[in-house]
Amino acid sequence: MINEISSHTVNSLLEKYPFAATFFDGHHVQTEGREEGTVQTLLARSVAEAGEDAITTADELLEQLTEHINQMLLFLADDLDTVRSLSILPGTHKDGSPEGFSNITINSGETICIVGPTGSGKSRLLGDIEWVAQGDTPTGRHVLLNQQVPDRKWRFSPTHKLVAQLSQNMNFVMDLTVREFLEMHAESRLIDNVGDVVMRIMDQANDLTGESFAPTTPITSLSGGQSRALMIADTAILSRSPIVLIDEIENAGIDRRKALGLLLSEDKIVLMATHDPVLALMGGRRLIIANGGIEAVIETTDTERGILEELAVMDRRMMDLRNRLRRGERLG
Amino acid sequence: MKLVTVCGPPSSGKTAVILKSLDALRSRGRKAGVVKFDCLSTEDDVLYEKAGIPVKKGLSGPLCPDHYFVSNVEEIVQWGRSEGFDLLVSESAGLCNRCSPHIKDVLAVCVVDNLSGVTTPKKIGPMLKMSDIVVITKGDIVSQAEREVFASRVAAVNPKAAVLHVNGLTGQGAFELSSLFDDDAKEVESLIGAKLRFTMPSALCSYCLGETRIGESYQMGNVRKMKMD
Ligand SMILES: Nc1ncnc2c1ncn2[C@@H]1O[C@H](COP(=O)(O)OP(=O)(O)OP(=O)(O)O)[C@@H](O)[C@H]1O
Ligand SMILES: Nc1nc2c(ncn2[C@@H]2O[C@H](COP(=O)(O)OP(=O)(O)O)[C@@H](O)[C@H]2O)c(=O)[nH]1
Ligand SMILES: [Mg+2]
Ligand SMILES: [Mg+2]
Ligand SMILES: [Zn+2]
Ligand SMILES: [Zn+2]
Repeated sequence: MINEISSHTVNSLLEKYPFAATFFDGHHVQTEGREEGTVQTLLARSVAEAGEDAITTADELLEQLTEHINQMLLFLADDLDTVRSLSILPGTHKDGSPEGFSNITINSGETICIVGPTGSGKSRLLGDIEWVAQGDTPTGRHVLLNQQVPDRKWRFSPTHKLVAQLSQNMNFVMDLTVREFLEMHAESRLIDNVGDVVMRIMDQANDLTGESFAPTTPITSLSGGQSRALMIADTAILSRSPIVLIDEIENAGIDRRKALGLLLSEDKIVLMATHDPVLALMGGRRLIIANGGIEAVIETTDTERGILEELAVMDRRMMDLRNRLRRGERLG
Repeated sequence: MKLVTVCGPPSSGKTAVILKSLDALRSRGRKAGVVKFDCLSTEDDVLYEKAGIPVKKGLSGPLCPDHYFVSNVEEIVQWGRSEGFDLLVSESAGLCNRCSPHIKDVLAVCVVDNLSGVTTPKKIGPMLKMSDIVVITKGDIVSQAEREVFASRVAAVNPKAAVLHVNGLTGQGAFELSSLFDDDAKEVESLIGAKLRFTMPSALCSYCLGETRIGESYQMGNVRKMKMD
């Protein structure tokens, strides 16, 4: 592979692996006007020009470039879609006593809720899954993918993430417009038709929130509800991670049912720690956590789903009233 | 004794991450100490002491803290061994973005934070590009998308590193990081003869030696001039 890469012309390399451009940029390798030469010449020249500022030798740079290309190819390969199930094998409670279940398996397309008092271990369980624990976390649990011990790559590769996490905070700090921001994210995910994808995310996000926003809005000026809507749409459409973890998402200002529906439609496994009845009842099962352990698994019953219908009506009414208030209308 | 060098820009979360990771190691019965290198002053030693972690502090004064670090690292290693540590962590400030305390065959960690902006991974020199583990902090303050963009920029400049997200406040991810200290850091008896991963800047101009006057006739030694055209 290294030889193949070094003997490419810069042009043909960039054509074959467009993402190599990020690497060159990150290492201050100037490609302009040098497109016809080989990669080897390019790197050697760049290192020579940097003189005593050069961090690596040309050989080391080439090795790193190869690694970068390998990782990106791995990322593009479709094996993220091959996660069909997630299994949790028991560990211990906080007091060291063993957990009472033998194996909890969750299949793709399923939504599972995690409930329990504060400090009981909900976030720790999500942490175990993100780390694909192998008896090496405080709980001692094991996590399997497709009933097998997973590859270690899931742990460390930033591009190959098993889990997308929607956290409580959804602040933005970058100084970009919504469109620029989505484009930048899409590019980092190596998406081809960036323009289309950005429009899809915009549409879905505006569908989730009462207060619509434009592609030209600076992300730092989005309201809480708008930010959450944007992040959920973005995760649903752009993230390739097969598992979505939601830790106590604050949900004011968004249509929660639609939001969850959107995350689900992409055939992922969704786990969420929540005490919001609307979200909790949308899950097929709930894991009950106490003292650091999973105490019980409860299936959502039809009676409970009935309650969900009631809540949904109330929810929509609240959203509607809120939007009318915002528009300056009278409520009755 | 195992040795880990931790560096990163100021306020990126080094102390917070080290504190949480050593907490996790202690729960597994490991004894760890810290040595903190800084320029003028540091409050970090108080934080470590409060957490019950033995700490040595080194202030480099007019010298670059990283130069000071290499000049003292062997003594520090011997101190750690005499204290009977299982693990010694060095924290250094990485003030000039150009120096890096990383030593060949010593586990090298760089801490960067999500708030520092997407161009930061490109700007930080060898301390990020030559580290084995990159820890990204403050993910709690930004969106999932910003975390992904930032991490992908880190991966582009250092494709070989393991990239971990650690929350310096809650400690999420710190247990995982500490297990890498356990697994990947090598035993060190002495660093005599060991090599830096990357040369320190060849400073030593007249200003390094205390010159304060401005003007070409006062500039001696290794002086570099800007191109003005
Ligand atoms: N089985 C366990 N063994 C040892 N420690 C545990 C276990 N489960 C959880 N802990 C620890 O207990 C603490 C509290 O757990 P965690 O943060 O997951 O609670 P939580 O349910 O998310 O609480 P909150 O509702 O406040 O967010 C953490 O430090 C976690 O690492
Ligand atoms: N919100 C948030 N703050 C953090 C995190 N990690 C560190 N901090 C805060 O950032 C500041 C600088 O951290 P510190 O560990 O002193 O940085 P150092 O200079 O690199 O050692 C402190 O106020 C920390 O509490 C994090 O993950 N999230
Ligand atoms: Mg929690
Ligand atoms: Mg510090
Ligand atoms: Zn320096
Ligand atoms: Zn000088």
